[in-house]
Amino acid sequence: MDLSAINPVQLIAFLMVAATPVLLAAIGELVVEKSGVLNLGVEGMMITGAIAGFAATVESGSPAVGFVAAAFAGALLSCLFVVLTQFALANQVASGLALTLFGLGLSALMGQTYVGVKPPATGKVDIPVLSDLPVVGPILFNHDLMVYFGIALVAATWAVLKYTRAGLILRAVGENHDAAHALGYKVVRIRILAILFGGACAGLGGAYISLIRVPQWTEGMTAGVGWIALALVVFASWKPWRALLGAYLFGGVTVVQLNLQAAGVAIPVEYLAMSPYLITIVVLVILSADKSSAPAALGRIFHASR
Amino acid sequence: MVRLEKRAEPSRAWSMATPVVAVLATMIAGGLLFAALGKDPVEAIRTIFWEPLFGEFSFYYRPQLVVKGAPLVLIAIGLSLGFKAGIWNIGAEGQYIIGALTGAGVGLAFYPMESVVIFPLMVLAGALGGWAWAMIPAVLKTRFGTNEILVSLMLVYVAEQLLASMSLGLLKNPEGYGFPGSRNLQQYASAHNGDLIAGSGLHWGAAAALIAVIFAYVLLNRHMTGFHIRLTGDAPRAARFAGVSPTRLVLFCMGVSGALAGLAGLFEVSGPAGVVSIDFNVGYGFTAIIVAFLGRLHPVGILLAGALMALTYIGGDIAQSNLGLPSAAIQVFQGMLLFFLLAFDVLTNFRIRLGASEVA
Repeated sequence: MDLSAINPVQLIAFLMVAATPVLLAAIGELVVEKSGVLNLGVEGMMITGAIAGFAATVESGSPAVGFVAAAFAGALLSCLFVVLTQFALANQVASGLALTLFGLGLSALMGQTYVGVKPPATGKVDIPVLSDLPVVGPILFNHDLMVYFGIALVAATWAVLKYTRAGLILRAVGENHDAAHALGYKVVRIRILAILFGGACAGLGGAYISLIRVPQWTEGMTAGVGWIALALVVFASWKPWRALLGAYLFGGVTVVQLNLQAAGVAIPVEYLAMSPYLITIVVLVILSADKSSAPAALGRIFHASR
Repeated sequence: MVRLEKRAEPSRAWSMATPVVAVLATMIAGGLLFAALGKDPVEAIRTIFWEPLFGEFSFYYRPQLVVKGAPLVLIAIGLSLGFKAGIWNIGAEGQYIIGALTGAGVGLAFYPMESVVIFPLMVLAGALGGWAWAMIPAVLKTRFGTNEILVSLMLVYVAEQLLASMSLGLLKNPEGYGFPGSRNLQQYASAHNGDLIAGSGLHWGAAAALIAVIFAYVLLNRHMTGFHIRLTGDAPRAARFAGVSPTRLVLFCMGVSGALAGLAGLFEVSGPAGVVSIDFNVGYGFTAIIVAFLGRLHPVGILLAGALMALTYIGGDIAQSNLGLPSAAIQVFQGMLLFFLLAFDVLTNFRIRLGASEVA
């Protein structure tokens, strides 16, 4: 075992990369849950985004096209969830599960011809002076655009939810849909928009895994990241900045366990690999005592009788 | 405009008809999917639904139907109890793996001793293993209010890693020339879960599945606990006032579903699979969720739904070898089934009215 081979600067730099997929998916789901809808299909939308983004990038040669396609695919899949929960008034837990099972199958079907293909590399942002700074440069200023996009999305979500009229309406719908309906807000329409946004974010997160994190396509490659994103929303108490913190915590655990694997620590690989899931459970237990911040109408079906 | 009007009471007729309508809709949508993949849709659907039952080689496929259906029914029966009460055990796949590990572990510990008590001990160990694995989310939920959906699901990934570790380490066959995987339990008479009637596919798992169906039916219709489960699902507040303890209900439902999933894992590893290997689990724990819903969370319905789902598995295999239909297409097909089911279910609780548009 050789722990000295682990470079702390690289470790922190890679932490931000490892955290980005789960962050993107979690911020999308946070908005969905703020509107009072529980979409358990994150994993399915992520994996669909992963293959859609991968395929679009390979075919077009441009990662930018890939990411747009991934967001589109995630949103498209979430339309199925919209039909089930907003129009057919189906149980949200069951519908979310259906979305995940369907997405896993669909992605495997779409990805058959892409196994073993290498996608074109996504360029990194190179800021002249800043990127060359020692320590700070590699950690903060030498990433691909999506890392910064993720952080910007957190900031934007926070600002919109807290300071704008649209954010207030979204939260009102999530807290009490009957009251919001009585005030004349279009509950169903607002929720549909939130779900589509969540789908697009999950798709982006998935594409980040297949295009940058790994980068290649294998079946079921999201390996529970979508579920961890759901846990992250609870961890964050539905607050955007805490979701960022949680994502970095998760990214940190992932990176550390990967580095320990590479360094050949005496712990078997399998036990290191299960650590992110175990830590997610531990964190969930610690934080689940306080449920006060959950949107009051979360998971409840809305049916306007008049 | 189309408008939904809530029924005073859920329609019994639609409740029975939805699964059938959903299957028909899935056949149509699946046919379109297969056509898009360049296969003859009619031929593909016929291969999936007809070939295993009445085709040329049905004498081989019919027993397979029992082999695939048994674990699905066994797991789905357990899940349905919790689902009825709004307790979501999504981690049956993990409990299935752990049941197989503990059960096979007990069997292999006795190797090469031959005794009639070994198999019953393995059954017990399998059920206990699955039960214990399900108790983790159950206790965390009752003690700390942790979401059981997320915890039970996380534990699936933990169980998969544990399975890899076991088949490469502790349970690895010492005479296996270094290949991963355990000894073959099919070649160990005391631990082998063979056909009860030769060539029928009817192993102990199938017997257990039938017993579970009867047990669940009696529980739900004739027993206080079953009434509490139904009451909690329909009216949680009323259940609370009636003195139903949510804690006890969570422990009971999670425990039963975990134990049944563990049993399914054990019967699979000691019978059809034979060895503990990295790719031992094939997603029965997740497909069983579809089976539970398709069976309307009703024991008899689940039995029928399990048979139908087993049919799509086997028919899918045949379509794969005969028509070159990708196996993922069958996964999509099964996913569609759940979609259509949930979508058509709206007709059970609502009436569709054409007329004045609503404000929402």
